[in-house]
Amino acid sequence: MATATVLEISDLTLDGLLASPLGRPLLSCIQCGTCAGACPHGELMRYTPRRLIGMLREGLIEEVIAGDDLLSCVNCYDCWAKCPRGLHLTDVLLPLVKEQVLLRLPEVPAELQSALSNTMRYGNPMGESPRKRAAWVEGAGVPVPILRDLGRPVDVLWIVECYSAYYPRGRDNARATARVLAALGVDFAILGTEEKCAGECARLAGEKGLFETLREQNMATFGKYEYASLLTSDPHAFDAFTYVYPSLGLDRPVDHTTPFLAARLDALRPRLTRELGYRVTYHDSCVLGRHNHMHDEPRRILEALPGVSLVEMAHNRDNTICCGGGGGGMWLDTHYKARGLPRLSDRRVEEAAATGADVLAVSCPYEVPRFEDSLKVLGYDDRMVVRDVMELVAEALGE
Amino acid sequence: MKILVLMKMVPDIVEELEVAGDGTSLDQEYLRFIVNERDDYALEQALLLKDRLQAAVIVVAPEAPEVDDVLHTALAKGADRVIRVSGIAATAGTRSTVSALAATLPGIPGVLPADLVLSGCQAIDDLDGFMAPLLAGALDLPYLGLVSRITVDPGAGTAVVAKEYSGGVMGRFEVALPAFLGVQGCEKPPRYVPIAKVRAAMASGGIEVVAAASGPATTPLEVTAMAKPEATGHAEMLEGSVRDVAEKVADILAARGLL
Amino acid sequence: MAGNVWVVADHWKGTISEATYEVLALGRSLADSLGVRLEAVLLGHGVRGLTASLGTADSVLYVDHPALADATGEQASRALAALASARVPAAILVPTTNVSWDLLGLLPGRLGVPLISFCRDVEAIDGALQVSCLLYGGKMAVTVAAGPGPVVLAVLPGTRSPDSGRSAAVPAVEETSVDLADDSRLRLLEFEEPEAGDVDITKQDVLVAVGRGITVEANIEVAEELASALGGAVCGSRPVIDQGWLPLVRQVGKSGVTVKPRLYVAAGISGAPEHVEGMKDSEVIIAVNTDAGAPIFSVAHYGIVDDATDVLEALAEAVRKRKG
Repeated sequence: MATATVLEISDLTLDGLLASPLGRPLLSCIQCGTCAGACPHGELMRYTPRRLIGMLREGLIEEVIAGDDLLSCVNCYDCWAKCPRGLHLTDVLLPLVKEQVLLRLPEVPAELQSALSNTMRYGNPMGESPRKRAAWVEGAGVPVPILRDLGRPVDVLWIVECYSAYYPRGRDNARATARVLAALGVDFAILGTEEKCAGECARLAGEKGLFETLREQNMATFGKYEYASLLTSDPHAFDAFTYVYPSLGLDRPVDHTTPFLAARLDALRPRLTRELGYRVTYHDSCVLGRHNHMHDEPRRILEALPGVSLVEMAHNRDNTICCGGGGGGMWLDTHYKARGLPRLSDRRVEEAAATGADVLAVSCPYEVPRFEDSLKVLGYDDRMVVRDVMELVAEALGE
Repeated sequence: MKILVLMKMVPDIVEELEVAGDGTSLDQEYLRFIVNERDDYALEQALLLKDRLQAAVIVVAPEAPEVDDVLHTALAKGADRVIRVSGIAATAGTRSTVSALAATLPGIPGVLPADLVLSGCQAIDDLDGFMAPLLAGALDLPYLGLVSRITVDPGAGTAVVAKEYSGGVMGRFEVALPAFLGVQGCEKPPRYVPIAKVRAAMASGGIEVVAAASGPATTPLEVTAMAKPEATGHAEMLEGSVRDVAEKVADILAARGLL
Repeated sequence: MAGNVWVVADHWKGTISEATYEVLALGRSLADSLGVRLEAVLLGHGVRGLTASLGTADSVLYVDHPALADATGEQASRALAALASARVPAAILVPTTNVSWDLLGLLPGRLGVPLISFCRDVEAIDGALQVSCLLYGGKMAVTVAAGPGPVVLAVLPGTRSPDSGRSAAVPAVEETSVDLADDSRLRLLEFEEPEAGDVDITKQDVLVAVGRGITVEANIEVAEELASALGGAVCGSRPVIDQGWLPLVRQVGKSGVTVKPRLYVAAGISGAPEHVEGMKDSEVIIAVNTDAGAPIFSVAHYGIVDDATDVLEALAEAVRKRKG
């Protein structure tokens, strides 16, 4: 079983990959094609990981990076999880290939271009003012301290991340999380307007320069404060802080809100008193689930909620189906549509609907808008809703 | 062939603009600056011509907050030289900036004469004049603005350009070079350049800094007040969830016989 | 302040623009309060007939020259600069249109006088001019005191009704000449009409307009659905045209067309002056924007602070349900 590891990728380029410690194992790829079989876009990609590695080894990579085929990779970690050699496909190889693709693309699809430019300029892909990043706090119903104003060290520095800070449904998640943290009596604070995107999706999409800029800026901001651990609502940020920021000196424990809560479930259990009466199916996210194997934690939380019965989709745990939002996918729907790629989130929602559940529970902020969209498109929005695990927990908190 | 591109920074209206305590200018505390969008199109046009004609592209910008990012980005996109003109007061207005640029450009080695000068034909802060035509006049170059397509025949020393009128009508003009064209649009939106290339441009230095020469003095406009606009009319705001709002609108449409 | 008030008549293809009448109305009230004459200035070639509709002015100064036939700023600004140097008007008001743009750009330098742009209004107070302008895409209102001496005002279209600038009176015409050297450096080859689209948006009862806030090209489909449900068409503001998501024939505003439908839904449009001038007379304007401070809310009848695509989608559904 592939395990996620801390990465030193700062000086790594595609050119030097095969000679590097992280890349040398690629020479031992047995060309079995399991990666291609696992890839959700595999049938429609000209250069699956198998072919990519083959061409890289033969010095033929120019042909691959001259086109835009690799924009179809959504960094879902399926190939990485299934590779019998445990090669660093999703986390190392693919971002480096995409980096070269971006450098050569005569035209970057407009939406992706906006998302990347906005992230560079405003610290979020939506292009919203950084000064509005903490606007969600109003309406949280509980105090949400801003670390700069707190003036003292804090136990938990909670990195809310972009979609949870700005996007209306994301804000529902942020407010729910705040209430849960308050109920647990956690000593936490947020960075507020000082917070910027962690940059992992930019990195996976091939924008290494953008990732490195954000990492530097974030490390400088973190460095101003004293905190015991980092917490985040976003699995991509979790990955960035856990595996890629340490090489720049980040040495605090990192957690995602779902496993964080799972570890404290017993403390919260007495307060989970409202009967929800939901049949829930849980979607394992690519990053929290497949990459980090955190499958049990969200299920234990959901099972602890009164009146919640769990039903599994056909593809679950390490076999989960990506929502299509990773690795730049969040901003490439128009591009995929033009190429006739079916929407991955549609496929997943069909599977969710087939379980007869009334709630599709998730742990990643990208999944909410993507699945809600698919529910509408497929006409299932009258019988199923999407909720982040935190929203369900907050709902179950009797007050 | 040599193409000169003039670019400038303008207030970024993504941020909420506030009035300073003096009641006549913008509050600087949270003010950010962004490249004038039309200047970005001018640069894109120049780079397209560079590819097609093997032209050299020189970018000049007056000093302003965040201008170095724009100049490094221009280098990363392929500009051959980028020059920042220091000592131009950002608040003195467009006329003053033009006067300083017109006095400075002739003294920068290798910049003038250029075959083609491009700059955005409008900006959101052009209160006392439009930079491109004023500079064209000061440099004694013929000017045509609202240009959105440019093809150049270097052998003939002419360009054919499309100028926007209204209703989508374009005027095709033949322009004898050297000329100054005020850019409104381009055949494609400004290109993306990966941040790594911009950082590489930053690392290799590359911004030439030139002190502004003094041009003829200009009188700035006397702004006596600045305030957020009072809504001359105001919309009746419809509140509620997206579904609620949609129902309210449907009611309004039905009442007006629009359904 | 001595000198008359001038209004430059903006015309193209044989028609005086609506914006000219708006500025004539403004010029009339300014001239009256200064106690001076209002003179319309018409520059062109073979367009003397157009002087007849400028009767709000006390008289028309008409300059006919072949070099003024092609409506570029180079020759027009030279002609106007020569006239103004000789006659020294107190103020020259020019409607800001695509046709007058270059003239406005070149004139201040040629004449050596100040220009104030984005003007909405001008008042005479104790003989001095107080000018109201809209800066930064409509986000700030600025008042400027115009110093002594002639000043050029670039007036935003759409700030008042053109009707008060129309008059049945036929003005006196003074035809005068200027010396203009031949200048063939800018030569009009031809006008290109836009590719005939299937749709003439100026003839639609219902328009669903999309702007930057629609975020991606794919969301225009949602606008199409709503337009279709309402029996109308989709149009857009500049940014959407720049990206190539809609053709030029669908652009509303300065380089596009002016529309006056019964219903105009402005989705994800900020409301910068260049767009507003093209749609402000729509009967019912419903604006959707995530920015509560967007200038569009000043011109709209109804406003919704929310995501443009989400609202369009919900609206399309609500409309379809009502229509059965």
